[in-house]
Amino acid sequence: MVTTPQAVVRSLLPLAVAVGVAVGLELLLGLLGFYAQKILFDIGVNIILAVSLNMVNGFTGQFSIGHAGFMALGAYGSIVVTYYGGYALFGDVMMHSTVTGYALYFVSILVGGVVAAGAGLLVGLPSLRLRGDYLAIVTLGFGEIIRVVLQVSQPVLEPSEMAAVPWYEQPWHLGRSLGFVHSGSYNTLGWTWTAVAVTLLVAYRLRESTHGRAFLSIRENEIAAESIGVNTTRYKVNAFVLAAFFAGVAGSLFGHQLGAGTASRPEEFNFMKSFEVIIMVVLGGMGSISGAAVAAVALTLLTEALRSFQDYRMISYSLLLVIVMILRPQGLFGTHEIWHLLARFRRKGTR
Amino acid sequence: MSSFLQFLLKGIAVGSLYALLALGYTMVYGILQFINFAHSDVFMLGAFFSWRLSVLFKINEPSPVAATGVLLGAMALCSLTGFLLERFAYRPLRRAPRLNVLITAIGVSLFIENAGQLVFGKNVVQFPPLLAEHTFEVGGVRVRSVEVIAVVTAFALMVGLHTLVYRTRMGKAMRAVSIDHNIAGLMGIPVDRIISLTFVIGSALAAAAGLLVGITYGQIKQPADSSWVLYGLKAFVAAVIGGIGNVPGAMLGGLLLGLSEQFVAGYLPSELRDAIAFLLLIIILLVRPNGLLGRRVVEKV
Repeated sequence: MVTTPQAVVRSLLPLAVAVGVAVGLELLLGLLGFYAQKILFDIGVNIILAVSLNMVNGFTGQFSIGHAGFMALGAYGSIVVTYYGGYALFGDVMMHSTVTGYALYFVSILVGGVVAAGAGLLVGLPSLRLRGDYLAIVTLGFGEIIRVVLQVSQPVLEPSEMAAVPWYEQPWHLGRSLGFVHSGSYNTLGWTWTAVAVTLLVAYRLRESTHGRAFLSIRENEIAAESIGVNTTRYKVNAFVLAAFFAGVAGSLFGHQLGAGTASRPEEFNFMKSFEVIIMVVLGGMGSISGAAVAAVALTLLTEALRSFQDYRMISYSLLLVIVMILRPQGLFGTHEIWHLLARFRRKGTR
Repeated sequence: MSSFLQFLLKGIAVGSLYALLALGYTMVYGILQFINFAHSDVFMLGAFFSWRLSVLFKINEPSPVAATGVLLGAMALCSLTGFLLERFAYRPLRRAPRLNVLITAIGVSLFIENAGQLVFGKNVVQFPPLLAEHTFEVGGVRVRSVEVIAVVTAFALMVGLHTLVYRTRMGKAMRAVSIDHNIAGLMGIPVDRIISLTFVIGSALAAAAGLLVGITYGQIKQPADSSWVLYGLKAFVAAVIGGIGNVPGAMLGGLLLGLSEQFVAGYLPSELRDAIAFLLLIIILLVRPNGLLGRRVVEKV
């Protein structure tokens, strides 16, 4: 591979821009009210969820409806790290706005992602040999199993009780159906949007890579892909694990958000949450990264705007879903990206 | 020992309801090869239609005649719902990829749930006492009369369906369509009408299940409650366990699922009950991907 310094700079440029945006948001934090912060946070998490699910449903053409389960694993995995790990580190369970505290949070995000990815591997290996709708029902079932298992866990340990419980049993104390009430709201918009940027970049680079091409070939024709030597099961599992990782990251962010995540309850991660992400991916266009992101932004804003018409919100979404499926089955953008469409628009304009 | 018998009985009661619902899933899957996610909502509507019908006709005391009337009314209304569902949501997608149909089904399901919430309200509804409630003690086991009636009704309907599918011309047409649409069409079978019919019959069975659930539990949760979808999903799992597209398989799967749930809830933490169905599903798909009674399907290129 030939790499010139220019190429390196060029390939790092998007990341630099993205981190710049994230840092900018972080600096603006003081100017934004709580409400604006919450919306920007929700948008960020939904983009991560939609773009990551798109790797399975859009790129690879499989149909997973258990994304909320992976998100839950990420949320709980990372809270375990900041709560019980934080206790082991600092001797209390308060939030620590120090370098060590944020380093712990960073580690917890990674742990959340890895836990979810591990679960993705565990589910993916046996079930990805199944066809379309069986896979759908297995992933949905898996999400439900996670929810139920979280509900039968032990109550969260108070700091005074921690000494009595050995460290390897502590991660099982997840707060039953009450949810994990914790005190570390480490997350800020800077963290959220850095994660968004990384997700978008990984998704984009992935699709342009050999791996991504293999994913796409499975989507287009699984039998043909297999016949030219693509190990379809392996690539499907890869896509699944990667998507699970980012869902876990989204869960970690969600779990450490002030307000929304002060208690991560198992109920929040039921299949309705998975369906919401599916709606975003399908409306945006399965396979389109910017489509999924735009749909995530639009639907999050719509949800907020329609808050006073909550009863009608899901009615209109579901109707929209059915109508889009009948009239424009490929979704709004299809497999195109927003810049492809813009370019085409511009060409038409000059002619 | 008596608790074992108690779980056994309860398992059969719950399982026969799963079986009734599973039939709807298995018939649609057998013919159109997709999971009709909206089936659980037709089931929910069955319960709510029966409630509304009994309120409408002011049925305040138990009477078998009134209960039968309500059952037939709910079945008719749900059949209509099923027919409309197929006609306006699924038929336009007959030639679309299966994924699109699946997504549409999810959309339709969400739509019915939320529209139902708007129409029927968000509160738990006390189900009218359509049947007299007696409790017998047999050998230390408590038996509720409504459960017995539910099981008997469910089995009667299942036997009726079995006869319809395997002993009549219509059933033969249904089986032909499930093997190959195009060739069935070439043989002069009105494919669209048979598919509509499948939805109508499946929805009628779901309506019966809805009414029976209402009677057994005495109250029904609001339309958008996730327990309805969960109930439906478990019924689908039952259909897969028995072998999808297979009518006796759905009954076997339903009973098996009901029994295993009751035993797990009885001997282990009861919260685990909701997980057992999916655990069973994963195991079955790994060991016998075509279900207990299913035939092997070779992937065609």
